[in-house]
Amino acid sequence: MAEAMKGIIERPEGEIKLETRGLNMHYDSFRALSDVGVSIAARRITALIGPSGCGKSSFLRCFNRMNDLIPSARVEGEVMVDGRDVYGREVDIPELRKRVGMVFQSPNPFPMSIYDNVAYGPRLHGAQERSALDEIVEESLRGAALWDEVKDTLRKSALDLSGGQQQRLSIARVLAVGPEVLLMDEPCSALDPTATFKIEELMLELKESYTIVIVTHNMYQASRVSQYTGFFLLGELIEYGPTVQIFENPKDQRTDDYVRGRFG
Amino acid sequence: MSAFPRPSPKVSQAAAFAALWMMGAAVVVPGVAVLAIMFVKGGRAITWTMLASVEGGLLPAIAGTAALVALTALIAAPVGVAAAVYLSEYARAGTLVRLVRLAIVNLAGVPSVVYGLFGLALFVTLLQFGRCLLAGACTLALLVMPLIITASEEALRQVPPRLRDASYALGATRWQTVRRVVLPNALPGIMTGMILSVGRAAGETAPILFTAAFFSLTDPFPKSLLDPIVALPYHLFVMATEAPGVAEADTWATATVLVALVLALNLMAVVLRARLRRGRRW
Amino acid sequence: MRRTRQAFDEQLAELEQRLLKMGEFVETMLEKAGRALVTHDVKLAEEAIAADDAADDMDLEIEQHCMRLLALQQPMSRDLRTIGTVMKVIADVERIGDYSVDIAKTAIELAQTEYYKPLEDIPQMVEIVRWMLRQALEALVAHDLALVATVIERDDEVDRLWYRIREQVEKVMQARPEVVPQAVALLLVARYLERVADHTVNIAERVAYMETGRLEVLAPSHRTEGGDGGAADSEVGAEGA
Repeated sequence: MAEAMKGIIERPEGEIKLETRGLNMHYDSFRALSDVGVSIAARRITALIGPSGCGKSSFLRCFNRMNDLIPSARVEGEVMVDGRDVYGREVDIPELRKRVGMVFQSPNPFPMSIYDNVAYGPRLHGAQERSALDEIVEESLRGAALWDEVKDTLRKSALDLSGGQQQRLSIARVLAVGPEVLLMDEPCSALDPTATFKIEELMLELKESYTIVIVTHNMYQASRVSQYTGFFLLGELIEYGPTVQIFENPKDQRTDDYVRGRFG
Repeated sequence: MSAFPRPSPKVSQAAAFAALWMMGAAVVVPGVAVLAIMFVKGGRAITWTMLASVEGGLLPAIAGTAALVALTALIAAPVGVAAAVYLSEYARAGTLVRLVRLAIVNLAGVPSVVYGLFGLALFVTLLQFGRCLLAGACTLALLVMPLIITASEEALRQVPPRLRDASYALGATRWQTVRRVVLPNALPGIMTGMILSVGRAAGETAPILFTAAFFSLTDPFPKSLLDPIVALPYHLFVMATEAPGVAEADTWATATVLVALVLALNLMAVVLRARLRRGRRW
Repeated sequence: MRRTRQAFDEQLAELEQRLLKMGEFVETMLEKAGRALVTHDVKLAEEAIAADDAADDMDLEIEQHCMRLLALQQPMSRDLRTIGTVMKVIADVERIGDYSVDIAKTAIELAQTEYYKPLEDIPQMVEIVRWMLRQALEALVAHDLALVATVIERDDEVDRLWYRIREQVEKVMQARPEVVPQAVALLLVARYLERVADHTVNIAERVAYMETGRLEVLAPSHRTEGGDGGAADSEVGAEGA
């Protein structure tokens, strides 16, 4: 019975950045994640797909402990970044969140200038000198493919930007704290197709330096950008492997039904 | 089949609007009427001399009220806002928190004369401040505390969770998030709550009756925090009830001044809120 | 309440049916060409030749249908493999149609010739390859791997017949030079039929890919080491490698 429950999980080749073992999660009595064990490759894009409410976002939020902000959430099992359990005793959570950054579904710029948005993170962690901040802001905006569009209007309110620009700003904001991992929770679902493609292109560039994990409702996006894909269903990781396999010839019938749109 | 014909949607809507209109008028008309009566009866008596002179004039009262209100704000604001921040950002849901909120809501409903008596017992008698500015301000601070806490909490709650999430996700601690993101964005609401509370405090008579106010024509200005003061509400009370030979017009004039002051404060609150709101939308 | 993507399923089913129809059509061409050769029936041969245009049209139509499904339906996994398979299979079926035309032309050429011996092996080859074509397309529509295996098996039979005819023709050409023209023509016909069989094997291998997701060479004769699978015709080399 336990064997049947275990999904078809492949271990990626090469360096592993993130890993979970026996991960279970509850919101009060509701079981959100069942016994999830998976390894996520460094400097690759890993996509998590599956129907709504099946645990993908909850899973993502384990890596930077954003689940801690939800009072009813309970996490059991091991969640490892670079081999160390982030739920361990001595973990400094702000430090963790510097290393493991997050981009959210709806762009959420602070009601401040573009400059201050990007400088927010570095200032949190002590950076004060003007020249140093200038450099970080420029580098981060370049890294998010936004610099050319805003370099002359850094003092303008971030809220004046378009949706796609705001999302890239959110990415720049995260890059500014120097993370190693980027967790993206449906980053394009509030954006139009053009903006979406821009961000996908950016992701492909970013993966050279960052480990990216993206939760997406849009499986076509997963097939376009990711190297590895995981399929979640009702809190279980059903199948996980190279993206080409998941979309060309999945091993589990449920995965097959889902990618062909024959679900429900 | 039904007992009487149901009115058509159009008719129901017209009837509803008419009813709402009348209720609105029922609220507005008396208020305007009161203001009008006051102004008619006392407006003539308001002169610069009256406002500015000490003997038989309103200057001490105005100054006293101003001092009282300022000190009240100084005491109530930090405590109230801090309490609101705690309740909104730090406290975990539980029985204790629910009790605290319940207490706050109840305190808001306590009659002001009870506050006055409490202030008399605690500040004037037990702590031996005596009847003075400090005791009055402390009492008023207690009075307006629930208002400030409630308004501030509401303002803090208005700040969308996604801004906090963004801050936390960048590695901020709770205090950093509160200080840099939540409080600045809640400021319009907090300030508005402050000013409205201050306006309330300015107009209260009962709390200062036992704790701060006195009536003096000769030496009305306090020399220290521990001296009593002349305040507009109490001044008005005295004029209306006890002082001999006061012209009716003057009494009405005093009332008008007091109401004008409170209205001015409320107006300030509205304008300030509008201006601060324009600067930040989300 | 309709199932999810029922419309798409219906389109896929229609696609397969059209392929099946094309296959039946080409099989009829093959049958007529074969019969025309044996019975010296010029009219029948001409019918077979005339039908090729229609076969080419079907090829084009089905291909367009496939492209449209790819563009509009974002197919994944086996749906994608199905459409890809149909696109490759119509090429094989169209080639079989071309070979039928070649056989029919030979029939017209030899219409006045008395055969040096009654045709036995060639009609048998025609029967077998017709069966193989039917079976391969049936396997596609039924998504049945067992049927695929049966097609692969019979390829050996066809090869054996081909070698036998070749030996025979070599002998008769040395013994009786006057029959060389018809012998050569008949040899070519046998070769055409052997190629038709190869194409049906291609179809069968494609069906296996569609089902399993693995591209494999299944027929031994298609491996470049053995048999004459690696011979002159480029199609075999490309498919079998």
